[in-house]
Amino acid sequence: MSDTADRVQKIVVEHLGVEADKVTQDASFIDDLGADSLDIVELVMAFEEEFGVEIPDDAAEKITTVGDATKYIEEHKG
Amino acid sequence: MRRVVVTGLGLVTPLGGDVETSWKNLIAGKSGAGPITRFDTEGQKCTIACEVKPKDHEYGFDPDKRVDHKIQRQVDPFIVYGIDAAGQALEDAGLTDMDDDLKTRTGCSIGSGIGGLPGIEIESVNLHERGPGRVSPHFVHGRLINLISGQVSIKYGLMGPNHAVVTACSTGAHSIGDAARMIKDGDADVMLAGGSEGTINPLGVAGFAQARALNMSMNDRPTEASRPYDKGRDGFVMGEGAGVVVLEEYEHAKARGAKIYAEVVGYGLSGDAYHVTAPHPEGKGAELAMRMALRKAGMEAGDIDYVNAHGTSTMADTIELAAVKRVLGDDLSGASMSSTKSAIGHLLGGAGAVEAVFCILAMRDQIVPPTLNLDDPDEGTEGVDLVPHVAKKREVNAVLNNSFGFGGTNASLIMKKVD
Repeated sequence: MSDTADRVQKIVVEHLGVEADKVTQDASFIDDLGADSLDIVELVMAFEEEFGVEIPDDAAEKITTVGDATKYIEEHKG
Repeated sequence: MRRVVVTGLGLVTPLGGDVETSWKNLIAGKSGAGPITRFDTEGQKCTIACEVKPKDHEYGFDPDKRVDHKIQRQVDPFIVYGIDAAGQALEDAGLTDMDDDLKTRTGCSIGSGIGGLPGIEIESVNLHERGPGRVSPHFVHGRLINLISGQVSIKYGLMGPNHAVVTACSTGAHSIGDAARMIKDGDADVMLAGGSEGTINPLGVAGFAQARALNMSMNDRPTEASRPYDKGRDGFVMGEGAGVVVLEEYEHAKARGAKIYAEVVGYGLSGDAYHVTAPHPEGKGAELAMRMALRKAGMEAGDIDYVNAHGTSTMADTIELAAVKRVLGDDLSGASMSSTKSAIGHLLGGAGAVEAVFCILAMRDQIVPPTLNLDDPDEGTEGVDLVPHVAKKREVNAVLNNSFGFGGTNASLIMKKVD
């Protein structure tokens, strides 16, 4: 697992209170990890903080899986 | 007429994370007070409180038992305490597995005096230091007072009345009284009712200290600081925690063979119309509330065996006592009266509900909890059994529970044993 993927997984586990092995790159925040729309807003804020990236609302709306988040961060982090 | 009984109890207090631990420690004369551990008290005029203890403590509270990790992160402590106490009460009542029909006739009336002050403090600083985009999306619903009732209804699927009282330190008593009325009126057959508070944070302690409400002279002697009726009393000690009871329509409880602790027979309410923080000097509002409760209960002064006083360890204690004497007689017609705030501090919006649970347990075990630190009783206490220092075995068939709050809001509850 890449460093980014590893750190994303840790944040998701901490915020959603789910088992780490469920947080695969394919996992959907809502369908697989029990998040709601507000949880995703909070996760996006945590990603921004952790990686020093800005994730605008229109980009955040397209992040539905753990892999989407990892990919966006990999592409945009400084 | 529909009668209302209590069939389940739940507590989170500075003396325990559950009902039996809290009660055992209370009766043993333990104090929940100590130096504040939650935050750095540098610069605070008051540095002591009755905190709910962490789970590794001898009588600590384990939030993981009944509150999801995710919710714990999103909400303020008062909501966590409230959800847990409600869960305890439902389990105690044997109502964790309700059918859909009963769920639609089961509601929640769990309030708080202040609500999510710690989160308001933290997010306010966050807003100013880091900007609006860093405020938590869970900020609002993690602080709102009605979100104990909201969270509990979601967790257990309860679709009856969803209500939350906000009457400062009368909240817990009003919550139970209002919920009992909802059952009497046929709005519900079962209600989870109670109150919760969790404001041991820098802003909460500073605010009450500035209002000159807290004890600030005994920071070096925390367990002696809450001393209701004692000449040396000098302000209350802040507590935190929650009390929730299951109220149930009597025939409904009987039909399912529920354990019945007590019946809620009297509820009185009034306003002081006097001052925002000080009680009416003659205790007129308190008297009105007690008299209304007695009248509703169809009882007389001599029927009351135990009074759980509001008794916060402020100058108001003797004002309340004078009012109780006018209602029950100079010797309280033989009733004992104590303030459990001497042991657990003042739980503010949680106080009335936690104390109602103590009243019920006093009837169950035929013992009344003590008033700690009552070394030198103030004038006006002569001839009244204030149960100093140690718990007292005695007959307890009916109880009166007083709660008074800022704004001059008063509530009195009367409960009695069911034969």
